Amino acid sequence: MTPAVAMTSSLDRILTPRREISAALGNGAGIAVAGAIVLGWCIATYGGLVDTTFCPPPHQVVAAFWKTLMDGSLLKNAWSSLVVINVGFVLSSIIAIPLGIMMGSFRIVQAALEPVVNFMRYLPVTSMLPLLILWIGIGIEEKIAVIFLGTFFQQIVMFSDVSAQVPKELFNAAYTLGAKKRQIVFRVLLPATLPGVIDTLRVTMGWAWTYLVVAELVASSSGLGYMSMQAMRGLHADLIFVAILVIGFLGLVTDQIFKWIKLVALPWARQR
Amino acid sequence: MGTVTVEGIDLRFPTSSGADVIALNNLSMTIPDKQFAVIVGPSGCGKSSLLDIIAGLKDPSGGVCRLDGKPISCPGRERGMVFQNYSLFPWLTVLKNVEFGLSLQGMPQKQTTERARHYVNAVGLSSFENAYANQLSGGMKQRVAIARSLANNPEVLLMDEPFGALDSQTRVVMQQLLLGIWEKEHKTVLFVTHDIDEALYLGEKVYVMSARPGRIIDTIPVNFPHPRSYELSTEPAFVELKRRIQHSLHAEVHKALSTAA
Repeated sequence: MTPAVAMTSSLDRILTPRREISAALGNGAGIAVAGAIVLGWCIATYGGLVDTTFCPPPHQVVAAFWKTLMDGSLLKNAWSSLVVINVGFVLSSIIAIPLGIMMGSFRIVQAALEPVVNFMRYLPVTSMLPLLILWIGIGIEEKIAVIFLGTFFQQIVMFSDVSAQVPKELFNAAYTLGAKKRQIVFRVLLPATLPGVIDTLRVTMGWAWTYLVVAELVASSSGLGYMSMQAMRGLHADLIFVAILVIGFLGLVTDQIFKWIKLVALPWARQR
Repeated sequence: MGTVTVEGIDLRFPTSSGADVIALNNLSMTIPDKQFAVIVGPSGCGKSSLLDIIAGLKDPSGGVCRLDGKPISCPGRERGMVFQNYSLFPWLTVLKNVEFGLSLQGMPQKQTTERARHYVNAVGLSSFENAYANQLSGGMKQRVAIARSLANNPEVLLMDEPFGALDSQTRVVMQQLLLGIWEKEHKTVLFVTHDIDEALYLGEKVYVMSARPGRIIDTIPVNFPHPRSYELSTEPAFVELKRRIQHSLHAEVHKALSTAA
């Protein structure tokens, strides 16, 4: 085989839909794209193509990161955000999981909740911000309420879908093995929904981050969104970059944690 | 005991056009205790629905099914069922799947495990005790499902085209396995299939069902002695019975196809 033929055939392979590629090539492609973005950032800033007041160069962002890390303000704000998002998210989840599972499997619960849930689901939580601020103020409770309202009505519908999609055959198999209603719920329905529940938590956690930042931007006295807002007022674009990157990083970590939980706790749910 | 009687079962579905679809029409049959009975019929003839009714998973529009004289109204462990698509509990290992029915009854763990092991062994999966369903092939999954039903000691085993999704080689192995187990356990089995060879190889009695509305149009005693070898299918007596069933089914399949179109 001549090198030219080898080139075309490997290119041909890469361009074939759903064809596996080597791990090295896959990782290389990922690093190349991320690298290109950073490179573009460097060229734009160090090359003088943009005003560094509004788009700071990488070293300035790193310096800002270091400074806020050392003076404790970054950790304080990140911690504040983490507390708010986790409290709001956990509160929402512990109510939405049982209600959603019941909604997907018991017609009466579905009939009772669906009208309200569907109405609330299409109501952007941002439209309720003024009311929430009026009622609860701009403290931690208000931000928790924003996250709760933003995630709860999405979660309940998604958990309901997960529950409704448990194959009927599993129930039938259990019934013919002598299962009673209660056993069907606790020994078939609940375990069968676990993978879907974890996937849903993972997806909705991403949305919760969005609501958190919105709440902090509008009115707050701490948190990563607040840090951004303050930086904007002082024209510190480097600090805004730091806040955005930290939010992105925390989101990535949470996502990986959910992935890991599913992998370790539910080995049977792995696709093959 | 495990005598199943089907008395004048009707099954109708309402349709949007207003006219009911009649799936089963005044169907009656008696399956005596310990018989291996097979229902063979064209697809869509309602044979699976009949099985669901006997299992108690579906209510008939009319008529009654009985087990040892007691009317059937809901599912129960005395009527075990094996489904075409295996329906193993994916979150349980092979052994835990087989233990499932017993543990529902609150049998002590040690006894449960012992009994489940016995049946996992009987279907040849001892070395897969701790595997999950996503690690098993189709044939292995169905073996687990059979073991799961048998471990629960039902009086009747209902089997809804259990080998329909398997490749032909695996299917033969599974048929031999099932027959071997039945020869030992001697339970009432009601087995539904559209495969005539399968029906004759396994059954002591074969019921031929018509296209919709489903009725029994022929009842054939199959008296080949046990243990049966798969070479049976080449014997003249077997071929003769096969011809008889094919003949009755041929017209029915055409009827089914023309009404479906």
